[in-house]
Amino acid sequence: MSIRNKTAIAGVGATPFYKRGKSDPQSLNELVCKAIIAAIDDSGLSVRDIDGFAYYSGGFDTPYLMETLGIPEVTYTASLSGAGGGSAGSIGLASSAIVSGQASAVICVGALQQTNQRFGSITSAYEHTPETAFFSPSGLVGPGHMFALLARRQMHTYGTTREQFAAVALAARENALNHPEALMRKPLTLQDYFSAPMLADPLCLYDFCLESDGAIALLVTSEERAKDLKNPPVRIVSSVHGGSRDWGRSLYWMNMPDETFVSSGNKAIANKLYNDAGLTPSDIDTAQIYDHFTPMVIAQLEDFGFCAQGEGGPFVESGAIKFDGGSLPINTDGGQLSGAYIWGLTHVREAVHQIRGTAFHQVPNCQFALVTGGPSSLPVSGLILGKQP
Amino acid sequence: MTDEIAKHPPSQLFQLVTDQWTAPFWEAAQQRRLTVACCSECNIYRMPPTPFCPHCLSQKIDWPTLSGVGIIYSFTIVSKAIFPEMEASLPYVPCLITLPDAGNIRLISNIVDVPVNRIAIGASVKVIWASMPDGSVVPRFTLKD
Repeated sequence: MSIRNKTAIAGVGATPFYKRGKSDPQSLNELVCKAIIAAIDDSGLSVRDIDGFAYYSGGFDTPYLMETLGIPEVTYTASLSGAGGGSAGSIGLASSAIVSGQASAVICVGALQQTNQRFGSITSAYEHTPETAFFSPSGLVGPGHMFALLARRQMHTYGTTREQFAAVALAARENALNHPEALMRKPLTLQDYFSAPMLADPLCLYDFCLESDGAIALLVTSEERAKDLKNPPVRIVSSVHGGSRDWGRSLYWMNMPDETFVSSGNKAIANKLYNDAGLTPSDIDTAQIYDHFTPMVIAQLEDFGFCAQGEGGPFVESGAIKFDGGSLPINTDGGQLSGAYIWGLTHVREAVHQIRGTAFHQVPNCQFALVTGGPSSLPVSGLILGKQP
Repeated sequence: MTDEIAKHPPSQLFQLVTDQWTAPFWEAAQQRRLTVACCSECNIYRMPPTPFCPHCLSQKIDWPTLSGVGIIYSFTIVSKAIFPEMEASLPYVPCLITLPDAGNIRLISNIVDVPVNRIAIGASVKVIWASMPDGSVVPRFTLKD
């Protein structure tokens, strides 16, 4: 049994995106509800039709959402484990609920509000445990400090350069420049990149994603049902989550074997994703690659088979990832580096628009779009959306 | 990179919590003795310590005394504060150290007391010990030569 081509995204909705803390005084639950209402409006269903929730990284309080929105009954409410890496995989969790008959209209939702705790120093806010004792004395207070350790090793192993990191940042900014929803719309030059402060050498300001507030929701239903709704169905071709023990807790372990250490830990799920879809990397028309840190975009392009391991640096430097003339336009909405960071779901939303043909920077004749959930402690995840034949 | 001296990272936020599987590492550190977990049955090292050997599922652990000599596997230089308590500690250098006398297992630690611009992947380091405000002692590393 497979979920392949049996379900579809029938609705997508979002709040406006805000710079960190600027969504105040709205509450986080309010943002979540606004995104759900927008996704439901987009589908043509009623909130009362929702009978399931599929989350990642712990998710939200289902009974609170039911109480608030007047959802009479749910038959499915589940979350992937782990942290941010599950965004693309939560769509597959919704699909499996539908294919197995446990629910018929499932909401996936992600939201972020950084009024009290900013994400950039999230690691320092973790509760003290026997496990955190092995990294917290070293002053690794934010994810950027940890990913910088991977980035320097990547440079050492493959000769990746800061110019190549910059190619990722500049390509994202180009897509954000005139994009109405992107938070960063000022031009960025290579000179700006090299004059920026180093936040965690070898990573500078522009290698880091944005810290933003907002919420995004998607409605998943069967492809049959989706055909009768307001918008053309966006087919869920495949969606997987999990990963290899060699990557495991990754940043909190740091004992990955050498070759895995300089990857994004996505090889195993990438293989399964393509296999389940019956596709290869050359079938993908656009990729929305989780871009919290530029070197990790390079490593994911390798793991997802767009170039050989270690060749990601030259690949991005060649211009292959650009919207304008690239062979694999990525992060066409400006990504998390220049658009907005809503824990990966901006990428799912942009892939939906690309398949519908309604993206601001529309890739011509876009049949298949890849979304990655990004490198983090397992699970990592991926998603391929496709146009109905 | 700067010729400033790599400092110790901010320690105010650290509070040691242990369980029976991790305590021997920290008890040895209190004695200024570097050790890591090694399976008593199959002699494979693992860090951080966990209740089972992932190769043979044995729960028996040896805690051999190591030389304290390691190799820099990777590092980052932190020279910007993301909260005010960090300011006095800048720059500091979180790092990964491989331990050749423990199956090349890696520790997450810091390079301290040397000019930042002398720190490089592959350089030999030796352990030094730092006392934390909560009374615990943690291993850090400085260049061997």
